Amino acid sequence: MKFSKKTKISSEIPTASMPDIIFMLLVFFMVTTVLKEYSGLPVNLPKAKRIEKLKSKRHTVQVWVSKEGLISIDDRLMGVDDVSLVMYDKRVADPQIVVSLKGDEEAEMGLVSDIHENLREVEALKLNYSSKTLVD
Amino acid sequence: MTKKRRFKGGEIPTSSMADIAFLLLIFFLVTTTIDTDKGLGIVLPPPGDMEIEIRKENILNCLINSQGKVLLDEEPTNVEQIHRIVGERMRANDKLVISVKAHPKTAYSDYVRVIDQLKMADAKRISIANSN
Repeated sequence: MKFSKKTKISSEIPTASMPDIIFMLLVFFMVTTVLKEYSGLPVNLPKAKRIEKLKSKRHTVQVWVSKEGLISIDDRLMGVDDVSLVMYDKRVADPQIVVSLKGDEEAEMGLVSDIHENLREVEALKLNYSSKTLVD
Repeated sequence: MTKKRRFKGGEIPTSSMADIAFLLLIFFLVTTTIDTDKGLGIVLPPPGDMEIEIRKENILNCLINSQGKVLLDEEPTNVEQIHRIVGERMRANDKLVISVKAHPKTAYSDYVRVIDQLKMADAKRISIANSN
């Protein structure tokens, strides 16, 4: 009995739409990339074990606190009382904002506590003490 | 004398488009930061001096002095022991609120270590008292 090929299926991958697919991926990565990064202040972050990841950078404001007691948000140095002013605008713009506090190990709690109070005032209540993973 | 130039097809070469797109794609793949910020999450209480009455036996006071020494319910405690003690206390009393109060001169790292210990004990009700 003779078998004959009935169908002629071409075994080539269609490449005509490849640029489109790649462009789509490209657009996705362009949209998700956050190029703007603030350099902040030189800090030695404290170490902790039970750390959790922040969900997205888009909803995060980084507050740097150096050991000298300097505070920096968006690369601008400011006093403690200005924190509430800056954070108020940020919280109005984005209600689900998370504050990532990048405090130096040697920063004083008095200052951190003042920042707490300022954040509470403007209802920026989600706080995250930025820290490195402690390996033991 | 002008020679009429013949227009020889005005097509953009599309064969290299995929390559260009790939190159751009690789650039954005490389620059995208996957690693987000990590840290200890905490939710601050809403503004206003809300006085919530908590029964005394439901409060566990945790004081940190300027040298980073911890006083847990009037007992000097090693920082590494906090999660064990708090865990025991929480099993005994599920309404337990841990009140953390640090001296204004306490180093931030000591405070973070205490918060980390409380997180390790799965303490959900953490109250942070104003240092000043």
